[in-house]
Amino acid sequence: MARMDGVVKPKTKRSKRFLQNREAKLVENAKTAMILKGGNTSETVTHALKDVYALKKPNAVLYKKKNIMRPFEDPTSLEFFSKKSDCSLFLFGSHNKKRPNNLIFGRMFDSHVLDMFELGVDRFSSLKDIKSTKCAEGTKPMLLFAGELFHTDTEYTRLRSVLTDFFRGPTVSAVRLAGLEHVLHFTAQDGKIYMRSYRVKLKKSGCRTPRVELEEIGPAFDFVLRRTHLASDDLYKTAHRQPRGLKAKKKKNISHDTFGTKYGRLHMQKQNLDKLQTRKMKGLRKRKGGVKSGQTPPKKVINTQ
Amino acid sequence: MAACSIEDVLAKAEKDEAEKLKSITVNKELDLEFDIGNLLALDKNSINLREFKQQNKEDFLRSLARDNAQLLINEIWKHPSERVEDVIVVKLPDPTTPLPREKPAPKPRPPTKWEQFAKLKGIQKKKKTNLVWDEERVAKNEFNRLRNVARAQKIKVPGIGLAPSAKQSKAELSRAVSVAKTSTASVGKFQDHLPKEKTPKNTGKKRTFQPVIGDFANEKQKQLDLLKVMDSKKPRLEITKAVNKQMREEDAEAASKRRRVPGQKGRKRNMPAKGKRSGPSGKGKGKASKGRGRNPRMKQGNR
Repeated sequence: MARMDGVVKPKTKRSKRFLQNREAKLVENAKTAMILKGGNTSETVTHALKDVYALKKPNAVLYKKKNIMRPFEDPTSLEFFSKKSDCSLFLFGSHNKKRPNNLIFGRMFDSHVLDMFELGVDRFSSLKDIKSTKCAEGTKPMLLFAGELFHTDTEYTRLRSVLTDFFRGPTVSAVRLAGLEHVLHFTAQDGKIYMRSYRVKLKKSGCRTPRVELEEIGPAFDFVLRRTHLASDDLYKTAHRQPRGLKAKKKKNISHDTFGTKYGRLHMQKQNLDKLQTRKMKGLRKRKGGVKSGQTPPKKVINTQ
Repeated sequence: MAACSIEDVLAKAEKDEAEKLKSITVNKELDLEFDIGNLLALDKNSINLREFKQQNKEDFLRSLARDNAQLLINEIWKHPSERVEDVIVVKLPDPTTPLPREKPAPKPRPPTKWEQFAKLKGIQKKKKTNLVWDEERVAKNEFNRLRNVARAQKIKVPGIGLAPSAKQSKAELSRAVSVAKTSTASVGKFQDHLPKEKTPKNTGKKRTFQPVIGDFANEKQKQLDLLKVMDSKKPRLEITKAVNKQMREEDAEAASKRRRVPGQKGRKRNMPAKGKRSGPSGKGKGKASKGRGRNPRMKQGNR
């Protein structure tokens, strides 16, 4: 690819297709996450990053080298990486004295940071620590959020949005019932956020809907919310703006009832009742010579004053 | 007796049903918020602090998660399912949670130079159905195609004279002969004639001159006619030519009006002078008039 005045021009068909895939689209690709390490990381953070990568796998990029950066102070290098690997979600892990075992969850819009949440890891048990059968790679998880903070508090509400964005995986039109086997549960309680990951076992309940039993598979985190960076209302609104062609135009005068019956409203012109064909009778038939009417229609009385 | 037993059975069945449902029902103060498109549920209930503190934390979280997962699964199972290749799948509705886009919406392609020009001029794309099937055009295209093929393979391309066709008509053949004959350095002037060959029709006309010495009476008459016209005071009027001239002038006027630049480049016209014909021009026939470089196709006045 030749770079000319900041515009990347593809030289081959293949690179053209590659660039086209990265362009802005009406229906977007599934968001990919990049998982990066800071200058210093503890063992906890390294394992945590690896585990999140395992959860996110087909839609994630794991950076294996250290990248010294401070996203809250200067997000430029992060934005550069985002552009380079075409990732709009990121997870940055670091460890220092002031903020031990630090994870930053965030997302980008147009390769600029939109939201960032700094979460300190209090307790962590990895996928390997918990001995159990794991879910298949790339399973779309069921996301559960519990705690009134996720509904009432602005920061927590935004954090819920970020976590949903981060873990939800690709948008699908249908899902295999047996494939619903992974649950990510987030609980906000007394200043901590508990993230747990479970495998679903569906038991027979006697009726159509099965009974659910859960088995923990890991990773399990106890997070503490540290610094946050929320997008300005303006930018947030811009990021949510949907293009015009995405929504199907609503058809007028068509409605459906609860049983799925289609109703349409028609607008008709007034029927001319004079020409209505009624029952044919001999007596009503028109005579050839024209009708000799004895009665004259009542005349209008005109008032002259 | 019988009625009583039926009631008993019904009651028992109801109880059984309730018990069965018990395993999958979860009681919550506030209903959960679902977004089935994202397989997402939000439990807005506040967490019971006492239980949270008393119980083992892991057990409490798991039971909370189980209840919420059960509710979500119940909700998912309500959606219509179908069998696709031995697997039961549930159709998911579109996600309802508003999430930001990854990149801004794609911008529409800027119009090309032609599109801009077409818009400025109000040119619209013509429908192809307006075209009419033309057999002759098809034949010509096919001929050109074959010629192109021949040229590409460096075969000698046949000329216009003899087109490749299954059977040439007499007219085509004679035309080919005449073309071949005239294709010499001296334009066929010294070519021999075949015994029964006819001269080709509809070829270019040659000027013919009257003999220098010959029909004296005819010549005399011609000269007299000429003098007569010259002597007459009235100008001669050639109706056809005059009408044509008038029409052309009207056309030119209309065109200049349409151009909407009146008087800028318009020629000054002297209308009456134009109508007049002056002197002897175009009155004689034969050598005299043609010698002046007149167009031979121009009509001569009727006498």
